[in-house]
Formats: sequence, structure tokens, C-alpha cells
Amino acid sequence: MTDRAAVPATGRGLRWRARGRTLAVTAASMLLALLVGALLMIVSDPEVADKFRYFFGRPGDALSASWAKVSTTYWALLVGAVGSPTALAGTAGQAAPLICAGLGVGLAFRAGLFNIGAQGQAIWGAIFAAWVGFALHLPPVVHVVVAVLAGLVGGGLWGWIVGFLKAKTGANEVIVTIMMNYIASQSLAWLLLTPAFLRPGRIDPIAPPIDATAMFASLYGQFHVGFLLAVAAAAGVWWLLDRSTVGFAIRAVGANPHAAATAGMSVGRTTMITMTVAGLLAGLAGVQYALGPGADGVPTPLSLGLVGTVGFDAITVALLGRSRPLGIVFAGLLFGGLHSGGLAMQTFAGTPLTLSQVLQALIVLFVAAPDLVRTVLPFLRAPKQAVVGGAA
Amino acid sequence: MSDTQTVRPVEADQAVQLSYLEAPAARRARLSTGALLTILGVGFLILGVQVRGEARFALSTPFDPVQLPTIALPSTVTVLLCAVITLAVGVGYLTGRVPRGATSGLGALAAVAVFLGFVSWAAAGAAYPFPVGNQLAGTIALATPLVLGALGGVLCENSGVVNVAIEGQFLVAALTAATVGSVTGSITAALIGAAAAGVAMAALLALFSLRYLVDQVVLGVVLNLLATGVTGFLFDQLIQPNSGTLNNAPNMQSIRIPVLADIPLLGSVLFDQKILVYIAVASVIAVTFLLYRTRWGLRVRAVGEHPHAADTVGISVLAVRWQAVLLGGVFAGLGGAFFTIGSTGGFIKDITVGNGFIALAALIMGRWHPVRAALMAVFFGFITQLASQMQTLQTPMPSQFLLMLPYLATIIAVAGLIGRVRAPAADGVPYVK
Repeated sequence: MTDRAAVPATGRGLRWRARGRTLAVTAASMLLALLVGALLMIVSDPEVADKFRYFFGRPGDALSASWAKVSTTYWALLVGAVGSPTALAGTAGQAAPLICAGLGVGLAFRAGLFNIGAQGQAIWGAIFAAWVGFALHLPPVVHVVVAVLAGLVGGGLWGWIVGFLKAKTGANEVIVTIMMNYIASQSLAWLLLTPAFLRPGRIDPIAPPIDATAMFASLYGQFHVGFLLAVAAAAGVWWLLDRSTVGFAIRAVGANPHAAATAGMSVGRTTMITMTVAGLLAGLAGVQYALGPGADGVPTPLSLGLVGTVGFDAITVALLGRSRPLGIVFAGLLFGGLHSGGLAMQTFAGTPLTLSQVLQALIVLFVAAPDLVRTVLPFLRAPKQAVVGGAA
Repeated sequence: MSDTQTVRPVEADQAVQLSYLEAPAARRARLSTGALLTILGVGFLILGVQVRGEARFALSTPFDPVQLPTIALPSTVTVLLCAVITLAVGVGYLTGRVPRGATSGLGALAAVAVFLGFVSWAAAGAAYPFPVGNQLAGTIALATPLVLGALGGVLCENSGVVNVAIEGQFLVAALTAATVGSVTGSITAALIGAAAAGVAMAALLALFSLRYLVDQVVLGVVLNLLATGVTGFLFDQLIQPNSGTLNNAPNMQSIRIPVLADIPLLGSVLFDQKILVYIAVASVIAVTFLLYRTRWGLRVRAVGEHPHAADTVGISVLAVRWQAVLLGGVFAGLGGAFFTIGSTGGFIKDITVGNGFIALAALIMGRWHPVRAALMAVFFGFITQLASQMQTLQTPMPSQFLLMLPYLATIIAVAGLIGRVRAPAADGVPYVK
């Protein structure tokens, strides 16, 4: 799944061709996902499904009804994602946290670590950033900087714990991160009921709104400074991985920890650094939710579901982006578009928003199983391609 | 992990004793268990000094035919006593003075003391007595899906396929049970439907992990997302608009076992239960027998521990893994059914709220063994029920901390701090000839 898959390093031409095939598989995965999504829509819509009862009598009815249903839905999705400047801004706003958390998961993948814990790290990032946002009252620029830093500390700490446990005790990071997600959300549930977080005059778990000084400035609608921060983070991760010594150690440990240890790199230290940085990035995703303006122009106050399922979406983003910073930015934009377009789809085509989630899962499922895609679409099959299964 | 026990020079007139050399991992586990118990003991000492009033435990509800007395314990004495026991065992562990045969027994005693102390502290001075029967009944209800889900995971993971998609299996099965139950009006049909749905999810897991070699952890996460998406979509699009016909399943009725159910307190909890509770108990026995007493079970464990060796003696690794994963799907599916037809009957989005991951935690804490995993599931059910009781008793302890306990315990366990957990050797490793 990472860069070890199927790139024979024998010359530029071959590598570009392999890259082209990878892109083709990705595109085909999306197409297949849209097809399966369309099938699901047709089957589950009672009106359309009814017309299939007399399919053999009047096939035109059923087919035109299906076509109408599917085309309006996907058209609304497309228009809602990229159809207008406001839609584009909405897509960027949705993409920003996905990119950050996706980077956190992708970076860990490169070190051979599964960071299933981006959810918990994002929750802590949001908690810290939101608290600074509403509890401290600082001058304009300083406030937002302090809030971002606090969020990074929150996410980074939560990530560091995982790295520490993995490095010192060998605890499986998959299990530890899954469990820590739930500990983080229970912590949030508890904190929201404490006097420090409870909005005065309310008893339901919702925090006070953050100060305007701590908000990410909007550039156009939901397109805000946070998106630029996400792109900068992607550039930073690229630099870290491809240009720094630490990044070399991360990739070396990811490729073969035994060889890396033999070469004198400290696997434990690299693991801790990787998980801390991954936590920082996922924490930044939480910061985006806490400080970024929503559709109504102000940030959503901290509550139980503020970060949604960003941690799990991030895994799909990292997989689709093949754990590379640029790929993650594009994957984040695509899924951000699916999310923001999904809202338009729900409003204008009457198709539930949850279809976006189905499409997202299907795309990644197909991307993760290139052999399946090649079986369905044989013309994508490469001549004698050796595919090493799965990232370790 | 550097120093083992230092060897003392033997005095000339001293009898030579056989020394027991402790493995570093065991030593670390002993020390951290001891430290944890000592900290808890000190904490209870402080709580015991502060606590006031009586802790009352109601053994029966006003509606029970046989009335048992309400037990009142002086909370200060009880909590202090529990503190002393916990502290003594903790110090014993720390200093290594606990006789080797008695470690687990004393550990269990300390665990009981911790719980009794905690509940006495929480119930002290509360307006209502602590309802013991309620606690036990809630434990069973919460534990049933966890037991079944953990069993599904046990089968899957013992054959070498990591299953983090129990949550997804639960969700799809819960939805299927609700719709099939609504359409047919039959509990049996709903259960069969749920099992089939669990198997369908398991088939996806097997297909992508065994045939297309997708990384199993990634796959599990994606399958969970897919299950959330598909059930959410079907619910929004199809089921909610037609909830009268599609989301109106009958509830499972309790089946009363005569005589046994008349035992006070425990009788109605254990022997007046829904069919799925009995199925869960039977499943634990069946899976244990299957895994450890049959040829097929040996093969499952062989392909999970050392697939190459199994292949060499002529076992088809992929076939056995397929069978184990699909059979695991049956149990996970039945567990999922409990969320709808086992409780309120209707499906809502994300009805399983992370229970699939608690089942996974139980599986890991139970060290991939069906009986231990089931006991862990019951323990987690107990804690979750205790947390909701705490909310109604309005204790100073936030219920969220109790709800964190299963996850925290799992982290402590996989970090090797208390005991060691070891997965089947080939768990998660795809087999390519």
C-alpha cells in the first residue's frame, strides 16, 4: 500500500508507467464505487425498485427511473462539491481537517505503524484548542497561535503515549490506538460536564463559543486560514520524509526495522518521534474543527461529536493518497468534496448524506485491492507486475 | 529488563535452597501489578477515612416473591478493610513475598476487595440502596452481545485473520435482524437473518484478506466504515420512511426455566432470560469444544500459529481460514441481533456504539481463548452496568471513568504490565504459498 508496492526501480519510463497504472487503478476504483453506490440507490429506493417489478413488460420505465435517480444524485453531489465558489470553499473547509489527520495516519504508515488513533488525537487537539479559544482572552493574532499550539500539544501528547508504549513495552499500536480513541471520547464526555468546560447557564454537554480572536480567519466562506495550514503541514511532512535525517530513519524503520537497527538507527526512538508527529498532525485536524468557521461563519463550539469520524476518514485518506503528502492533499480534497457535496445531494436530490460515506469506504476498499479491480477490468492488468501485498 | 534476582552467596552452615529464577517479563508484571494494587489500596485508605454513612445493598426488588433482606454495611469499616486487603496483596506482590502457588488466588481476592471497596464507597450515604439484582441483570444483558462478538473474533483470529470489523458485523446484523423480524414477525427468522448478515460481512473480510491480501487491520477499519455507511444509508432511505413495516420487529421474550428460576436473586437473573443469552452460554462451550477437542479446531489453531507447517502436512490453509472466519461471522451476527430484537426492537443509526470494539478488547484481554474472552466480556458488561448505576446513584465518581476501564485495562494488558497477552503467531499475516 505504501511506496513499496510495485515500483521496479529500473529507469524513469518504467516508473512513470507504473505510476500511470496506479492512477488508472485509482480512477477505476472510483468508477466502481460510483457504480456500486448507484446499485445501492436503485435497490433501496422503493419507487424505483417498484418499477423493476414489471421490468420485462416495460423495461423503459425502470431504466429511466433508475437513471433519473442516479443522475440527479450524482449531479447534485458534483455541483455541491465544485459547482460554485461557495461550494469549492466548502470543499476546502471540509478537506482541511481530513488532510491534516490523513497526514498523521500516512506518516505513521511510512514508519510501518498503524495509527488508528487519529480520532483520539484529534479529540485532544480540539479540546486543548477550544479551551484556549474560550477560556483565555488574548490579543488577536497571539490568541489563534496559542490555540493552535495548544491543540498540537494535546494531539502530540496523545500520540506520544502510543509511541512510548510501543517502544518501551512492544504493545501493539493498533490495539492501543483503538482503545485510546474511546478513552479520549469518554474524557471529552466527562470534561464537557465539568465547570471548566460547561457553558454557563446550560446543563447539556456543550462548551462556550470561542472568542473571535481565536478563530481561523475566513478567506472566502468556509475557505479559511486552516486550509493553508493543512497544505503547509503537507509540505512540512514532505520535507520531513524526503529531506531530513529523521524522515530517512522513519522510512528505513518502515521498510525493515531489523535492517534499520543494524544500521545503527534507534527503532524505539524513531517510533516515538513518528507517533508524536502523527499525533501533532491529527491534533491539528482537531484544531481545524475547533477554530475553523463553519457554514454559519463561526466555529462550532466544542461538543461530543465535534470532530465527527475524522480519525477513521483519515485512514481512508491516507490509503487513497498512498501515504504520500501530495496524494493525501488530493485524497483529502476528494473526500472533502464528497462530504460537502453530500449535503447538497441530501437537500436537492433527497438522497441521504450517508451515501458519501458508502462511496468513501468503497473507493478505499477497491484501491486497497488492486487485484480485484484488475479482475473486473482486465485491460488494467500490467505485464508481469509483481505486487507485494499489504503494508506491514 | 536487565537484572534478574541477584544470587546471594550461600553461607557455609546454611542449608542450600533451590532458588527460583524469575523471568524479566514475569518480574515486570509482578512489580507493576503490585504497584497498581498498592496505589489503589492507598487511595481506598484515603477514601475510607473520608466516607460516611452506611452502604446499603438491596438483594431483592419489592416485586420479588421471596424477599431477601437489604444488607447495610458500615462504609468506613468496609472500605478500610478492603483497603487493607488490597494494600497487603499489593505490598506482597511488590516484595515478592507472596507464595508462588497463591499469586492468582490472592490476586482474585484483591480484585474482589477493590470492587467491594469501590461499590461500598460509591453507595455510602446514597438515598437508595444499591440494587444488586439490577446490577446482575444489567451485566447479563450488556455482556451477551459482547460474549458472542468476542467468540466470533476468537474463531477468526485463532485461524490467523485479524478481525477489527466486529463492530461492522454487529451493525449489519442488527439492521438485518430488525428488518427480517419486522417483515416475518418471527424471532427465529430474525436470528437466522442476523447470522446470515454476520456471515456476509465475514465473507467480505475473508474475500479481501485471503483472496486479495488486503492488510487485515486496514480492511477491518474500512469494513466498519462501509457497514456504518450502508446501514445508515439504508436506514435513511428505506427503513425510516417505512418504519411501521420495516423497523417494527418483535422483541425476544424471556424463557423461564422452571424451578431454577425460582431461586432468589440469581434465579431470575440466570434462568429467566432471552434465548440469545442461553445461545451465548452454549456458544462458549461449543466454540471451546470445537477449538480444543476436535480435529478441525486443531487445524484452525495450526493455521493461525504456523501456516507453513500446517500446509506441509496437507492442511489447506486458505480453506480452514475461510471456514473459521465464516463461522465466526455466525456468532458475531447473533451478537448483533441482540442490539435490536434483544432490547427495544428497532434499529437506529450507530446502535452498537463501539460495543464491537469492547468485544475486541475482551478477546485480547481473554488472550484469544473462548472461555477467558467470555469471562472478560462479562466483566466489561459488569463495569458498564456499574457505570450506569453510578449515574443513577449520583456518586462523586464520574461514570465516564468507569466506562474507560475496559479500554484502559486492555492497554495495560497489551503493554505487558499485568500478565502477558500473546496473539496467535500468524495473526494478521497473509499466507502466500
